Amino acid sequence: MSEVPSELKYTESHEWLRAEDDGLVTVGISDHAQALLGDLVFVELPEAGTEFVTGDECCVVESVKAASDVYMPISGEIVAVNEALADEPEIINSSPYDNGWLFKVRPSANEMADLMDADAYQAEIDE
Amino acid sequence: MPFIPHTDQEIAQMLETIGVDAIDDLFDEIPSHLRAGVLDAIPQGMNEMEISRLMRQRAEQNKSVICFLGAGAYQHHIPAAVWEITTRGEFYSAYTPYQAEASQGTLQLTYEYQSMMTALTAMDVSNASMYDGASSLAEAILMAVRANRKSKSRKILMPTTVNPVYRKTAHTIVKGQQIELVDVPYDKATGTVALEQIKLHGEGDITAVVIQQPNFFGCLEDVDAITDWAHENNILVIAVINPLTVAVLNPPGEWGGINEGSESNQVANNKGADIACGDGQPLGAPMSAGGPYYGLLCCKQAYVRQMPGRIVGRTVDLDDKEGFVLTLQAREQHIRRSKATSNICTNQGLVVTASTIYMAIQGAQGLENTAAACYANNNQLVEKLTAIDGVDKVFNSAHFHETVLQLNIPADVALSGLMDKGILGGYNLSQDYPELDYPELKNAILVCTTEMRSDEDIDTYVTAMQEVLNSSDVSVASLAETA
Amino acid sequence: MLIFEHSSQGRKGAPQSPKEKASIVAIPEALLRKDRAALPEVSELQAVRHYTRLSQKNFSIDTEFYPLGSCTMKYNPRACNTLAMLPGFLNAHPLTPDAQNQGFLACMHDLQDMLCEATGMAVFSLAPMAGAQGEFAGVAMIDAYHKSRGDHERKEILVPDAAHGTNPATAVMCGFSVKEITTLDNGDVDIDALKAAVGPQTAGLMLTNPSTLGVFERNIEAIAKVVHEAGGLLYYDGANLNAILGKIRPGDMGFDVIHSNLHKTFSTPHGGGGPGSGAVGVAERLKPFLPLPVVGKTGDEYCYLTAQDCPQSIGRLSAFMGNPGVLLRAYIYMRFLGREGMVRVAEFATLNANYMMAEAKRRGFTLAIDNRRASHEFIITLKNEAREHHVSAMDFAKRLLDLGYHAPTTYFPLLVPECLLIEPTESEAKEALDGFMDALEQIKHEAETNPDILHAAPQTLPVKRLDEVRAAKQLDLSYKA
Repeated sequence: MSEVPSELKYTESHEWLRAEDDGLVTVGISDHAQALLGDLVFVELPEAGTEFVTGDECCVVESVKAASDVYMPISGEIVAVNEALADEPEIINSSPYDNGWLFKVRPSANEMADLMDADAYQAEIDE
Repeated sequence: MPFIPHTDQEIAQMLETIGVDAIDDLFDEIPSHLRAGVLDAIPQGMNEMEISRLMRQRAEQNKSVICFLGAGAYQHHIPAAVWEITTRGEFYSAYTPYQAEASQGTLQLTYEYQSMMTALTAMDVSNASMYDGASSLAEAILMAVRANRKSKSRKILMPTTVNPVYRKTAHTIVKGQQIELVDVPYDKATGTVALEQIKLHGEGDITAVVIQQPNFFGCLEDVDAITDWAHENNILVIAVINPLTVAVLNPPGEWGGINEGSESNQVANNKGADIACGDGQPLGAPMSAGGPYYGLLCCKQAYVRQMPGRIVGRTVDLDDKEGFVLTLQAREQHIRRSKATSNICTNQGLVVTASTIYMAIQGAQGLENTAAACYANNNQLVEKLTAIDGVDKVFNSAHFHETVLQLNIPADVALSGLMDKGILGGYNLSQDYPELDYPELKNAILVCTTEMRSDEDIDTYVTAMQEVLNSSDVSVASLAETA
Repeated sequence: MLIFEHSSQGRKGAPQSPKEKASIVAIPEALLRKDRAALPEVSELQAVRHYTRLSQKNFSIDTEFYPLGSCTMKYNPRACNTLAMLPGFLNAHPLTPDAQNQGFLACMHDLQDMLCEATGMAVFSLAPMAGAQGEFAGVAMIDAYHKSRGDHERKEILVPDAAHGTNPATAVMCGFSVKEITTLDNGDVDIDALKAAVGPQTAGLMLTNPSTLGVFERNIEAIAKVVHEAGGLLYYDGANLNAILGKIRPGDMGFDVIHSNLHKTFSTPHGGGGPGSGAVGVAERLKPFLPLPVVGKTGDEYCYLTAQDCPQSIGRLSAFMGNPGVLLRAYIYMRFLGREGMVRVAEFATLNANYMMAEAKRRGFTLAIDNRRASHEFIITLKNEAREHHVSAMDFAKRLLDLGYHAPTTYFPLLVPECLLIEPTESEAKEALDGFMDALEQIKHEAETNPDILHAAPQTLPVKRLDEVRAAKQLDLSYKA
């Protein structure tokens, strides 16, 4: 059973989002997604300062047997990326919701309400 | 039955196990009205003796000639050991090394190939091969478009000194992806592409520039200046090389990076072509009517994940013992499907096997000596030919083992006259360089020498050319009169 | 040990190259190489021994049964190699004038004709250098065909979800988007899904028949009708042509364009990953778009057709003529078989596959698709073994290597969990098939009683299981002294 923290928001493409106090939103991939992918060997992060709209491919996570696009879950500007992943992509495997975050976004619209909550996401991955 | 081992008794046992009466029952899911009749247009089968006779006759129909033709395929000496080992069944009849533990031979050899190719080109990374030089240029262009994130134009500068069939092939393969190949004309005195011309065509956002060294005319481009200019302008450099010549010529990984006069440190820190491609044929593949050859493809470390095709990596097994695997497979079509870097699957593995053994046997010294002999022979040939009245060198720049010569008669007349004397005399340039655009290439041929052309071969060519021009003088003169 | 580690500085063993280095007189210093390339310096004997030993670390058709599904690892007759390497062929420069190249061109022209007859297509081009390039040529022709009719709206290629990865990758390379069509549990294409997917945006459908699931697509006529009525064309991926050679022809099934993997069906060697050939054949309406070169014939003279002869061609795919050495081997093989041999290929490939499938069932394995005929290959799913004994298809594959058999294709098609795709080919004798099934049964027993044997396999090969994560993370792609 993979972990689905209740305080986060989720997408069907297995990204999670956390609204931070400073108005930024942190994005990563779910425990379920990292388990499906297996040992991650490479993460291609977006550049800080880039703006994306919802649904854009913004990042690639790669394991030995698969490479998967990460889709921008909300529109906004990338303000920070998790540089540690460049050398240690396996952090995503060991800590998908904490140290394994991918990037932080400054949202350009209020789209968080449209996303799945933990219960909905849990139901989604149980299917 | 050819290559089918079944005895009648075995067939009966197998059918019984399956639970059908006849082999044809196994095809009962195919709609019967669609079933094929007898394949009349295919001849009846032959035995090995009959086929050998047929193929020997056909092979002998292909006349033996002295070859002074290059233009992308070169007749070099190949040590006997190379194909003896390459066609061992264990290399010849193995599949792509998907089961690594049962394919360490092919995998280690490919790793050694990658090591030799990066050493030769001074590039960081080599893949396990593409189909040929022309298609590797096309893939290099697609790769540059993916790799150069600062550029949005998808515009590639393509000097007309790049092999014309490479340019055509690149066009076929990249045209579906809205990539523009911009022709850059060459300098008519030097036969090379001037940096000024490149700058003229290179205004605005450009994704990459292609440079062939030596270029299609055999002339040497000013690769350092073009590379540095490109890097100053965030343009990637795609080198098209002949891998034998880089035993002597500055390899693409060392191009540019000259600090003097450059405006930024970016140049010095960014030495070398970003991607290098070319045809591996000169390193151990026979001309064989056009193939199989292989495409080499190398790049800087930063672009390894944009590389198409297979790549072998060294790793360890459970006991920490060295071993080799296909790696970075997540780029490839069998995993990434519609988002793969390329659709390539099968490459030219067996030719790479030959090439690796060729390089191992030759060593760097052997390759240098071979390349230098090609060069020296060409100088000798050109010196002797241009001493003939009616033969002139067209371009004044340095060249390697191919040279453009202007004749005083049409190139096709000269070449067919030479062919009558058993000489494949060169490449008729007027077909790819229409006279209106390039008047200097009227009646021009591209001649090539490799280390295989002896002094005697060269003298035979020179004498034959003299005879052809003399005998044509009469007919050309009479043509002129009637005109 | 790498060849580089056999190297000794200053060892000069090469009697093959010119003895002395000629001087380079007129090339500017800046254009010359400064440091000699760090290639190994070994004697010819050292190189021969090293590469002979490396070869012995490979499984190959010549040494082991190699039932790799979808790859058609049949015997590669030695005569095909010997005769394709006759000096008259090897020494031919690709730009030799046609008049001096008649022997080679005659073989190529005959080969084009035989491929047309075997597949029911109108014309063939031998230009594509592998299956994926054949696919590229085919899809590019479909694009050119629609555009030549002023139809610029067809931007989508349909691909069954069971298809080879090259299909969607190719469609994208040609500038199309891809829509996947689902497959039914019985292995047939979901024709309702297909009907719902086609429209004025449909350029074509890429289909392998028999499919990658190892069964013949029974609704092929209906599929062809749906696609054609929507204005699309039908592309045949020839990866599985071996199953139907001489029994049913793609042209008669309604396909407009096909590629044939000569390195599968027509027995040219795989060479550890190539070279291959993906010759393409088309129906009459696509003829103007064939890739160059094509070999033509005027009177008794064979010639290469050029862009002047074929102004609507999609163009060139390589510098010269595809992979002639491969084409010659395929030609020789086809002359061996003749018309009567072609059909036997399909018959015995199918007999072998159905026999093994029946044996697999008898020995308690779960078939991915039961109660249907196998084509030339079939699929076992090990999902039960995986669930009950925690062994994977990969474990079975590695253990097979220990027992002297190359593993079948694993984890393809992606639709079937824990699968082995098994293709014996016609050239294997019954005892090889029985031996393989015995091995598989033994492994099944080991999985039930002592699964660690599987987890630890292979034990008898030059290396044990390799660390692929490390290979991808700590990239070591070339030797540095």
